[in-house]
Amino acid sequence: MNITEKILAKASGKNKVIAGEIVDANVDVIMVHDLTGPLAIEAFNRIGVSRVWDNKKIVIILDHQVPAESVKAAELHKMLRVFAKEQNTHFYDVGRGGICHQVMPEKGHVLPGTVILGADSHTCTYGAFGAFATGIGSTEAAAVFATGRTWLKVPETMRIVVSGKFKKFTAPKDLILSIIGRIGVDGATYKAVEFAGSTVREMSVSGRMTLCNMAVEMGAKNAVVEPDKATEKFLQGRTGKPYDCFNSDADAKYEKTTELNISGLGPSVACPSSVDNIKPASELSSVSVDQAFIGSCTNGRIEDLWAAAEILRGKTVKEGVRALVIPASQEVYKQAVREGLLEIFTGAGAIVCGSACGPCLGGHIGLLAPGETCVSTSNRNFIGRMGSTKASVYLASPATVAASAITGHITDPNDLGA
Amino acid sequence: MKVSGPAIKFGSNIDTDVILPGKYLVLTSPTDLAKHALEGLDPSFPQKASKGIVLIAGRNFGCGSSREQAPLALKHAGVKCVVAESFARIFFRNAINISLPVIECRDILAAVNSGDEVVIDFNSGVVRNKSSGKSLSGVKLPSLIQEILADGGLIENLQRRLKKK
Repeated sequence: MNITEKILAKASGKNKVIAGEIVDANVDVIMVHDLTGPLAIEAFNRIGVSRVWDNKKIVIILDHQVPAESVKAAELHKMLRVFAKEQNTHFYDVGRGGICHQVMPEKGHVLPGTVILGADSHTCTYGAFGAFATGIGSTEAAAVFATGRTWLKVPETMRIVVSGKFKKFTAPKDLILSIIGRIGVDGATYKAVEFAGSTVREMSVSGRMTLCNMAVEMGAKNAVVEPDKATEKFLQGRTGKPYDCFNSDADAKYEKTTELNISGLGPSVACPSSVDNIKPASELSSVSVDQAFIGSCTNGRIEDLWAAAEILRGKTVKEGVRALVIPASQEVYKQAVREGLLEIFTGAGAIVCGSACGPCLGGHIGLLAPGETCVSTSNRNFIGRMGSTKASVYLASPATVAASAITGHITDPNDLGA
Repeated sequence: MKVSGPAIKFGSNIDTDVILPGKYLVLTSPTDLAKHALEGLDPSFPQKASKGIVLIAGRNFGCGSSREQAPLALKHAGVKCVVAESFARIFFRNAINISLPVIECRDILAAVNSGDEVVIDFNSGVVRNKSSGKSLSGVKLPSLIQEILADGGLIENLQRRLKKK
């Protein structure tokens, strides 16, 4: 069996599962946030049970409309706060956590070999730690609150084996964009995507999270990376619980195996309004930008801020461009303060906002007007995603976004010059 | 179970951001959500759908965010069923869970025009275009899923199962 199959077999109490089979799985952790949690609580209240199945396995995180941007959002936050207190679940309030997909692993809720469901499509991020993690909706979250179980179809697995070293200013974001460009936005629908190969083994946990995060942009159910020493190092001090590190067997079955070498890969950009519309950054210098956004569950980690700071140090954001930097969590924010990164960003003329999803989903903070263009490290460039339906969003790596903020047009960081 | 109505047709990769833009996710009432259904592509959609329609789409319908507000908005705007060549998996599960009937049907895009009268038979999986007389075979839903739809959604299904115990 491969990693995904082994995790689902364990969760459903079976020795073996095969792709296509429907299993009734035990859920180890369920997460909801401020835009999916309220509907989940409403649905939970209709079920007719008074207590959740296991309060220690439920995590509620405020991150989308944070801090509350309207009375309506404040009401929803309040509803979640009250539910978390009544049921004694884990709860990360404004200023105590950050973006759910960053907070979940940081606070030790993501362990290898476990089944994690989240009422957010980017829940697939946790596959970076060798977990089975997938997005669900609010009603299903409510059912899991009550029962701790759900039915899951064992997915077929697509294996992507990556070799080669990243060139200067080329990052895991460029790799996942190029993969989505090849596979297409529905090329992995219903499937598990297993990332393997020397490049992935040498990649940081942060880079693996960027890869797994965007698997849903090609339709995948989950993404997974074999856990190793880097995973264990990350988990040290974050959990005291035991966990199982599963590896794929040598004779594991795959629907398809794709081998890639990244030695020719350069900074890449997803052009409007589809994540598989990929072009090299160097060919897009005619696209001028009004806003540059560095953050999100895809690229708001400390390594991403390092990459942006390296480019922005001592430079100035072009007049007429708004640059927004949003550290993915309070932990990342604090480290960025300690390391002087905030001074570099603010010195360059960027605004640094509190840890939250920010403009990524067009909820609040940094929305776009009709006719405006944003180059962003986030994960979706759909019509209307960041505000006006007449605005355009280009997705790129932190280095490319930072370089573009300086020049005012989409820029390959290698073309910045001295 | 049979569902019928006039078709409104869209293309492929219709994402949940155009079905229900992020700025409306603070709304919780289904009627309020319905006013913004498919606003990203056609702001007059709720008006066109109000008498009950069958939504026809191409590949990867409902891709993107896990927001359940997307199928909720469609359902309460008057969408009686979505027939698509394929669905993004979270949207598919969400639709079933809130009891919005959905069915996969290859080549549906070429077989139906907006305004055609369409009938979907969930017991057989057959999608019939009454206006052209043509029938296509959709992917019949497993009995587990048909039960959830028949009960009126996952919560109602769970209530029934908990009572049985």
